[in-house]
Amino acid sequence: MQKEFKQSIDRALHNANLTGALGKFSEAYKVNRAKAYEGIDFEALRTTIADLKGDAASHIDELCDLFQKNAEAKGTKVFRANDPEKVREYILKVARENGVKSIVKSKSMATEEIHLNPYLEKAGIEVNETDLGEWIIQLAGQTPSHMVMPAIHMTKEEVSDIFSKEVDERLSSDIPRLVKVARNEMRPKFLRADMGISGGNIAVAETGSVALVTNEGNARMVTTLPKIHIAVVGVEKLVEKFSSIAPILKALPRSATAQLLTSYVTIVSGPTPTDDGGMKELHVILMDNHRSDMAADPLFKEALQCIRCASCLNVCPIFRLVGGHVFGKVYTGGIGTILTAWHDELKSSEDIQGLCIQCGACKDVCPGKIDIPGLIMEIRRRLVKDKGMSMVQKSIFTVVNNRRVFHGMLRAASVAGKPFTKGTKFIRHLPMFLADLTDGRSLPAIAAKPFRDIFPTIEQPKGLQEKAVFYAGCLIDFAYPEMGEALVKILNKGGVEVLFPEGQTCCGAPARYNGAYETAAGNAVDNIDALLAEEADYVVSACPTCTVALDHEFIATFESLGRKKYLPKARELAAKTMDFSTLVKKLVDEGRLTLKEGEQLGKITYHDSCHLKRTLKADQPPRELLTKAGYEVTEMFECDICCGMGGSYTVKLPEISAPILQRKLKNIKDTEAPVVAMDCPGCVMQIRGGMDQDGAGVDVRHTVELIAKQIVGSLE
Amino acid sequence: MFEEFKTKAEGVSAEVHRFGSAEEALGFLVDFMAKEGVAEQEGQYGVMADCPFLSSVDRAVLEGVEGLSFDLSRDRAAKALVGISQVDWAMADTGTLVQDATAIDKRLVSTLPTIHVALIATSGLRADMPSVLAEADPQTANYIAMITGPSRTADIERVLTIGVHGPERLVIVFIDELGGIN
Ligand code: SF4
Ligand code: SF4
Repeated sequence: MQKEFKQSIDRALHNANLTGALGKFSEAYKVNRAKAYEGIDFEALRTTIADLKGDAASHIDELCDLFQKNAEAKGTKVFRANDPEKVREYILKVARENGVKSIVKSKSMATEEIHLNPYLEKAGIEVNETDLGEWIIQLAGQTPSHMVMPAIHMTKEEVSDIFSKEVDERLSSDIPRLVKVARNEMRPKFLRADMGISGGNIAVAETGSVALVTNEGNARMVTTLPKIHIAVVGVEKLVEKFSSIAPILKALPRSATAQLLTSYVTIVSGPTPTDDGGMKELHVILMDNHRSDMAADPLFKEALQCIRCASCLNVCPIFRLVGGHVFGKVYTGGIGTILTAWHDELKSSEDIQGLCIQCGACKDVCPGKIDIPGLIMEIRRRLVKDKGMSMVQKSIFTVVNNRRVFHGMLRAASVAGKPFTKGTKFIRHLPMFLADLTDGRSLPAIAAKPFRDIFPTIEQPKGLQEKAVFYAGCLIDFAYPEMGEALVKILNKGGVEVLFPEGQTCCGAPARYNGAYETAAGNAVDNIDALLAEEADYVVSACPTCTVALDHEFIATFESLGRKKYLPKARELAAKTMDFSTLVKKLVDEGRLTLKEGEQLGKITYHDSCHLKRTLKADQPPRELLTKAGYEVTEMFECDICCGMGGSYTVKLPEISAPILQRKLKNIKDTEAPVVAMDCPGCVMQIRGGMDQDGAGVDVRHTVELIAKQIVGSLE
Repeated sequence: MFEEFKTKAEGVSAEVHRFGSAEEALGFLVDFMAKEGVAEQEGQYGVMADCPFLSSVDRAVLEGVEGLSFDLSRDRAAKALVGISQVDWAMADTGTLVQDATAIDKRLVSTLPTIHVALIATSGLRADMPSVLAEADPQTANYIAMITGPSRTADIERVLTIGVHGPERLVIVFIDELGGIN
């Protein structure tokens, strides 16, 4: 990772204003967004949007042609350009031909993308941003830190300093007063401007219309007062039908600012009269800048479904810590990472793609139904493919790809780790590739005896009606074998015999999340062979990351690599795979497994593991099981926000992972529950380690451990 | 539908009134301007865009209001306290007004003054945006404007502040018996 990049993260993390403002905003946003969507079927709405935008992305050229034809028929001048340079030149040409001295702009990401302002200013033209946030940023000489709220990182005191300088008068930091100052300062600029430049939120091909969405009313003035209006529109904004405006505008304001609709929506479909009796000159620039390349890529085409609402930023646990500037100058957050990789070049996203912890929170709320973390993974894969892995990574994954060597090293680690454990369940340093994972968290000792050695010694009852293959995953196998033992006990009671194929190995997630897809595919093949070799009714795992690997990612990895041969088997495995809580809940519901009646186990709180909740959508079964067992589930604040684990993330970006963990610990402690449950051994490792260092004494448990004690017939 | 509109519009700080006839609405307008202090003075002007409402009432009454003009320039609009225009539709589910604002006057009076008074025939009320988009015709209307509450911003510390570039107040006047286009 680049040194400057690490430094920019550091700066952001130490900017209390930034993290404070973003933190507060993200908390309020969640509540307000939910309220704005009350009574609306979000899934149906986003399917409509994804379909219509996806369809448009498949026909960009046709839609551009159609737009051009219809807009020109109305007297609009349409200019199409691939290259940002051409767009800048065109705008300057129009300005020169009309003797333009001053320009007012309403907020437009497309013009940010092509760095238009400095270009025009260099040519001697006055350019004024009129969106309040953009104007603040412009006066401060900064770049926007958020797509919708460009100046969210600044305090009212900073704004008053900037404005004071501008109006040459000492201003107080009273916000309504500052807004008034902006109004008064902007007015003459609007009235004297010769040209207005806007972006476009939607462009409609069948009518040649451009729709603009604002709250302040500045776009109305930009499109009304000057004699020339140029709208710079990325071609991903095109839709075919006029009626498509409605679903997009149903989602955009709700997702962006939790409003039912912004104060103003302006739909410009041709030149309009000016106030001196003439007609306005209207130009629409359809800008490609690699969007067609994206559309031609079967995986990245999806990114064109973006409506630029920025909700993926608002819910991102990383973004709210580091803000937008870390991501670069234009597009920020998860989708920004993807856009930067394309509008700029793949290489430009090398550092920022690593910021994504793959929690999936953004994917859940994206109105364009874009698999943002999936696409970031794909960027990671392509980077590794282009550039190769670091030597260290390479040697790690060579090891992981050879089960015998890998497991041999883990066993060796249990011996090597011993002197450090001092008889507790924690060590401060894990040898080999998990080294350095220390900040604010203790790590589990490698178990003296891995689950694979314990399993043959477990006696299971004879004649059980069903069979389940247990996929342990590295953490349960080598660090928490007691979780595996608990699982066997529970399933046996529910009439399920557990099989443990020795050939199973790492699920490939570490390799995959580092872009090493070849290694991940190797892991997938080994596991598929091992897990399907035995006849069984289920394949069960108590690690959601592993479950997701078995259920989704083996398939995705083969698909990315174009390896079709193993796909049918991967699908067969996926069909049998179930996470622990869902299977146990099923056994309980079917009356095959009974939990002890009438127990009062007191308060418990539950942490949602990202993969279990968002990929497997199984956030309820563990809660229902715990409640049935006699616990009183008390929800913590932000129960479904990532704990900061994310595999090797903790190694690469410990400075980000640590505050995320601290926040999680605080939310757990605030419930005053003595126990916190979760369904992922990775989260247990992160949170138990954090609690250990914190000394709060909250018991951190995998649901499997708690349920094992509460099944009828258990002695504990 | 009106009640839903009113709830939603008031939820975004718009003021909503309703009158049975154009005469009553006219009375309201005259009183309103008097109350707000419309006068022949910079910052206190009233400006009104040409609209069907004007042909349903006795125009002379409005022409008699001191400071109110129908003959618009951008400078006069920029120095106006009150701008009056008629809009074509309202969307109940978001409390939004919709207008074919191709004529520049309609935009000057609704963007520049401090207060925007929007007149609307109650028959222009629709359930939602799809219904309005089905009727609005971008072939003839080169500028379709939707207005939901007054101008607002939250760009400084996320604090909602009303009246940045556009009007600080939006006063909506429904008229049941207006006739005209809807
Ligand atoms: S990717 Fe999705 S959530 Fe993010 S800005 Fe685009 S539409 Fe909104
Ligand atoms: S997956 Fe999580 S970390 Fe990655 S961009 Fe989305 S919200 Fe942020």
